[in-house]
Amino acid sequence: MTTSHAPSLTPLWEVFIRPRNGLNHKHVGSLHAADEDLALRAARDVYTRREEGNSIWVVRSDQIVASDPDEASENFDPAGEKIYRHPSFYDIPDDIGHM
Amino acid sequence: MYSQGLIGAEDNVEETPEFLEEFQARIDREEKIEPNDPMPSAYRKTLIRQIGQHAHSEIVGMLPEGNWITRAPTLRRKAALLAKVQDEGGHGLYLYAAAETLGVSREQMTEELLSGKAKYSSIFNYPTPTWADIGAIGWLVDGAAIMNQVPLCRCSFGPYARAMVRVCKEESFHQRQGYELMMTLAEGSPEQREMAQDALNRWWWPSLMMFGPHDSDSTNSDQSMKWKIKRFTNDELRQKFVDATVPQAERIGLTMPDPELKWNADKNDGEGGYDFGSIDWDEFWRVVKGGGPMNVDRLAARKKAWDDGAWVREAALAHAQKRRDRAEASKVAAE
Repeated sequence: MTTSHAPSLTPLWEVFIRPRNGLNHKHVGSLHAADEDLALRAARDVYTRREEGNSIWVVRSDQIVASDPDEASENFDPAGEKIYRHPSFYDIPDDIGHM
Repeated sequence: MYSQGLIGAEDNVEETPEFLEEFQARIDREEKIEPNDPMPSAYRKTLIRQIGQHAHSEIVGMLPEGNWITRAPTLRRKAALLAKVQDEGGHGLYLYAAAETLGVSREQMTEELLSGKAKYSSIFNYPTPTWADIGAIGWLVDGAAIMNQVPLCRCSFGPYARAMVRVCKEESFHQRQGYELMMTLAEGSPEQREMAQDALNRWWWPSLMMFGPHDSDSTNSDQSMKWKIKRFTNDELRQKFVDATVPQAERIGLTMPDPELKWNADKNDGEGGYDFGSIDWDEFWRVVKGGGPMNVDRLAARKKAWDDGAWVREAALAHAQKRRDRAEASKVAAE
């Protein structure tokens, strides 16, 4: 089967919602819309029907630059060996209490 | 640099025995598969088909209920029905978006639905002649859908699982409003009670068919279980649905249209469950293959909606282009 990208007539947008002030905008899904105004309107109708948030970002999907999944292990595995970056690596006497 | 964004379309993996083994090991470790991850092409194909069918079912499923929005008996019922049908549209959208992450386009999926190449749930090819059908659909059809969808929240493919979490969260109101509607009719006048019973009689068997063929006749089941796309077999889910639903009918004084239905204390490893009569599979296949009472109407309605909306899509794209051109022109003028 072919999975080449047939030119999509209507661009794809990624939708991010802030559930409430104090929290990050979080990716919730995607939708198609001709432009940013329509994307925002559609995002409001589709992703906030039940008080899911108070702010929406929409970003054209083709504007997102992603890390290469083939490089995931060289990018992210080394962090696993650096246990000295975590507080539990260091021995502190119990009678010092919380530190 | 890697710039294909969020849509995975890497379909050129060489499916060596080592690759397939490692893929299965990831699944067995309960790791989620994400769109850009290498995957066997059969896994991709199965998901595109299943998620596509699921999306089409949500969209076509708006039609039988939409039929009653203008005739809902009270404002409360009308608001609930409108909200429910709107939800179904949203569910279709979440699912199309999940399928698109596998490299199939929305236009392609729409085309396959309209040409009859893609299937959707056979249940939506039955008519909704009375108001009680709206109750029966919410209670039984959404009830069966939830039974199917809750395990799909743990599906091995990340975007499908995430879409299902949203869908399940929203869908529990659908079943409750349907049951409440049936309960109200069942407690009403003799005519209303009769209407509720009649709807149950017509929707019960098609609801059981929603779970698909028996495990022994289900072609895709084994591999889907192995890949953890499915977590329970068709027959397991059907049995769970029967066991959950029969007491709900009894509670509101309605009778399942199945003379062979009876409690069997030995079923489900001694926990008990209901034995039920055999399903008319000829009817099931007839409806799946396009011979149901409403197949032609449903596709005609979808086609009309798509064709009637063509000028809107064109106008929106032309407007977007015009705005981009103007912005570009004023930028050039300013320089």
